[in-house]
Amino acid sequence: MKISVSMLALTAALGFATAAFADDKNVKLGVLTDMAGLYADVGGAGSIVAAQMAVDDSGLAAKGWKIDIVSADHQNKPDVGVNISRQWADQDKVDGIFDVLTSSVALAVAGVAKDKNLVYMNSGAAASDLTNSACTPNTVHWTYDTYLLANGTGKAVVKSGGDTWFFLTADYAFGQALERDTTAVITANGGKVLGSVRHPLSSSDFSSYLLQAQASKAKIIGLANAGGDTANSIKQASEFGITAGGQKLAALLLFITDVHSVGLKIAQGLQFTTTFYWDQNDGTRAFAKRFAEKMKNHQMPTMVQAGVYASVNHYLKTLAAMGANPHDGAKVVSKMKETPTEDALFGKGSIQANGRVIHPGYLFQVKTPEESKGEWDLVKQIATIPADEAFTPIAQSTCALLKK
Amino acid sequence: MWGKRLNFRVWIRGAALTRRFLAETTPSLALRERAAHQPSLPMFAINTSALFGQLLVGLINGSFYALLSLGLAVIFGLLNIINFAHGALFMMGAFCAYFLLNLAGVGYWGALVLTPVIVGAFGIFLERTMLHRLANLDHLYGLLLTFGLALIIQGLFQNYFGSSGLPYAIPPELTGAQNLGFMFLPNYRAWVVVLSAIVCFATWFAIEKTSLGALLRAATENPALVRAFGVNVPRMITLAYGFGVGLAGLAGVLAAPINQVRPLMGADLIIVVFAVVVIGGMGSILGSIVTGFALGVIEGLTKYIYPEASNTVVFVVMALVLMVKPAGLFGRAS
Amino acid sequence: MAASSTVIQSPSGARGFNTELKVFGGMAALLIVLPLTGLVYPYFIMQALCFALFACAFNLLIGYVGLLSFGHAVFLGTAGYVSAHAARVWGLAPELAILLAVMAALGLGLAIGLLAIRRQGIYFAMTTLALSQMMYFVYLQAPFTHGEDGIQGVPQARLLGLIDLSKPLILYYSVLAIFLLAFLLIYRAINSPFGEILKAIRENEPRAISLGYKTDRYKLVAFVLSAGLAGLAGAVKVIVAQNASLTDVHWAMSGEVVLMTLVGGLGTIFGPVVGAFIITAMQQYLAGWGQWVQVAQGVIFVACVLAFRRGIVGEIAARLKIPL
Repeated sequence: MKISVSMLALTAALGFATAAFADDKNVKLGVLTDMAGLYADVGGAGSIVAAQMAVDDSGLAAKGWKIDIVSADHQNKPDVGVNISRQWADQDKVDGIFDVLTSSVALAVAGVAKDKNLVYMNSGAAASDLTNSACTPNTVHWTYDTYLLANGTGKAVVKSGGDTWFFLTADYAFGQALERDTTAVITANGGKVLGSVRHPLSSSDFSSYLLQAQASKAKIIGLANAGGDTANSIKQASEFGITAGGQKLAALLLFITDVHSVGLKIAQGLQFTTTFYWDQNDGTRAFAKRFAEKMKNHQMPTMVQAGVYASVNHYLKTLAAMGANPHDGAKVVSKMKETPTEDALFGKGSIQANGRVIHPGYLFQVKTPEESKGEWDLVKQIATIPADEAFTPIAQSTCALLKK
Repeated sequence: MWGKRLNFRVWIRGAALTRRFLAETTPSLALRERAAHQPSLPMFAINTSALFGQLLVGLINGSFYALLSLGLAVIFGLLNIINFAHGALFMMGAFCAYFLLNLAGVGYWGALVLTPVIVGAFGIFLERTMLHRLANLDHLYGLLLTFGLALIIQGLFQNYFGSSGLPYAIPPELTGAQNLGFMFLPNYRAWVVVLSAIVCFATWFAIEKTSLGALLRAATENPALVRAFGVNVPRMITLAYGFGVGLAGLAGVLAAPINQVRPLMGADLIIVVFAVVVIGGMGSILGSIVTGFALGVIEGLTKYIYPEASNTVVFVVMALVLMVKPAGLFGRAS
Repeated sequence: MAASSTVIQSPSGARGFNTELKVFGGMAALLIVLPLTGLVYPYFIMQALCFALFACAFNLLIGYVGLLSFGHAVFLGTAGYVSAHAARVWGLAPELAILLAVMAALGLGLAIGLLAIRRQGIYFAMTTLALSQMMYFVYLQAPFTHGEDGIQGVPQARLLGLIDLSKPLILYYSVLAIFLLAFLLIYRAINSPFGEILKAIRENEPRAISLGYKTDRYKLVAFVLSAGLAGLAGAVKVIVAQNASLTDVHWAMSGEVVLMTLVGGLGTIFGPVVGAFIITAMQQYLAGWGQWVQVAQGVIFVACVLAFRRGIVGEIAARLKIPL
């Protein structure tokens, strides 16, 4: 949001003036993310880098397109996110909003995107509600969701004998959705949930929650939280001897940056679900190498950042195919749904009518310190979840768009 | 300097005491056996273990309440202001330890000694340059000024370090845990409880039982008279502020390995500590210590009985105390 | 205990009525024209107006009774949640939702006021802060507030069945009308016999007591009134922003209203309005600076306390020797 008052007025005027032309090739992307909070490593500056890479790779600038990226920090607060996106739509004439990790913000921004008829490509939030109860004609949901996490990690853990669970849940839309979806998978596979405890977003001391989980005597302590919260839960569970006492942790959502920050010594053996790992194939490695060079801390991309790249890529491809930017969110999104997705990071895929992007998921396991050959050599793939099993079957989606 | 000497002494005694404490709490074979059999014990036994666990965690939190409310009480005693920057200075303590480790290679033990001195010196700087100008104004201005300082300090750290945490490792001497039968007590957390108890009661002793303390208390009651005896009261006030702030810095170092080092680590904590201070009343040093530990334990108890209320229980207690004893449990009527 | 007399130094008398009327007229005219110029984002002015009302309500306590409430956000936020819930879940008309929200703020004001006025000065400040933080935790966990998620998509229905609030300009003038009416109400309260007694309590409470006034009762009435007006600000703000969130109950918001009032001038009639616009503008136009905004606010705080205790309007009033 580094825009001065006069710039605002100017761009607003330009927006009006150019909207009238049929061959309008101006596009403005807004990357809305957590710049400094507990999810900043997952998205943050990396999401902006990924978006810029996708713009550069599209080669559209050479074909007369003018593509600008604005970015802002929603601080993981829905009200802040809503205010920024409303102003982006009203004042800055932004066409599409990208990333928006943190499910509470994601769901709130979905409402604004629909009201203002923007393109809304979410790649950071997990709540499966985005393409179910809260779906809109403007939303496309990339990368992952709570259904995938539950069916990936949840199912694998129950099948390997972890049939009693206690949840440690981040107390907002994401944690609740993840607990809900995982509970469904556990019960469907013959397991049982013994209880759960909710903790505020961005907590630092998990000791009392972990003691509650310990007292439940559940075989599995399911971590329905993310980012810094997950990293802290794992560290403190080790400190309080919970893992040594026989209970196992199931980190339902684990990012590569979390594994990096916790360290292999403590995290080794954890299984988790992801849709992207930098060291999967030549395409992901090439992307990761370029990405890390642009990052101040030289971190490898997370699946959220990869999702930003892929979604911007698909958006620009669709616009290029349309020949001009119609500045009509719903129209562009429906065109995107007709177009198969393809990129080096997620491979080939498609977008369902409810906005869900379909691609395979993978079950990974954190390596032992002995197995690791470098700072970012952290995990290994143990199973593939085929695309048709990874996400909510369209017949079960509760999205209102499907009931026509 | 008063603060430095005191902390050093406390540090040595603290280390010795911890060793004894840990020797006593090393699990016996019988305890280990009980722990191993616990899953088959009836519901009652399981609940006891959870209860004691939560009480112990409460006691750990209580240590921070006590250290911080003690610092506030010392400052209030001499300056009559509520130091809103206390949470920010607590955070600076943790960052100081982090910097000492990562920039100067000074480990935890060095940081434990150096940080209170550095943060205390920063406090003295604040007092000399700003706070002392407010001496003749309404005390509310002190609250407002320190609130502004807290915003500046926290904002600066957030700019440079974001709001997620930086890791700070537990010193190798204190890693590991003791199996107490009902729970694993990480050695480091035991150390926090013991050290802060020692620091708190040493402070109480110094202020209530020594001649220097007597002078301090006299200066609180009647600064003009004490000045007449040839004591440099302004300097005493400055040092008291430095000492109170140094305690916050010490608490910050203690918290670093538990809470990670985060710019906002003190921001929400400080408001709970304010409630602790209202409950205890500002009049008494001992009062602030006892209330701090007690409220930590009450919070732990609530986490066992009704976890949903654990965040609010301190404030409910405060409301009750205000109804029955407006001056606070240990306070003098204002 | 006369400590509070140093806080404020601009009591207004009947003589200043004319000047005040002129300034009020100027302010109203400016606010009526402003959105038509297209220079400013109307949404921003509406937000600033809500904060201005909030700050005026807060100023009623600090400026005219000498009570520093450090937990005033609790009334803003509570009313916000009530009005959001009433409008979104119960489908009540905006005027009913706002009315209900103000009642809730009045009730909470009574409860907190009864507890807090048992202590004076700094203890009063800390008590209000702690009680508001308690409510923060309650709202964090209460199901109807949706915790971190907040209440989203609050409808902008028809006010009194006639006025369509979903039209930006209509919404703007409705908010402006509410603000101006509330502002006049506060002005009237300050210049009534009740207001005179409040000022007497501020200057010298023991003396007011010795004159036979039950000062605690007056303080409580002022506190409840201030809470209700803060609630009105919160309820309207939610209709404007279409969402209610924890931000409005957090202690940082309580600190912000103190800052707004301090910058504008404690105990001045127009000060809180000026302060609210300055601070809101800072947040709006410096948003890209991240936490530097917070640092700047802290610096303003410190500067105001150390060197600039009259605030902007207080300073102007003192220079021109007129009450404002």
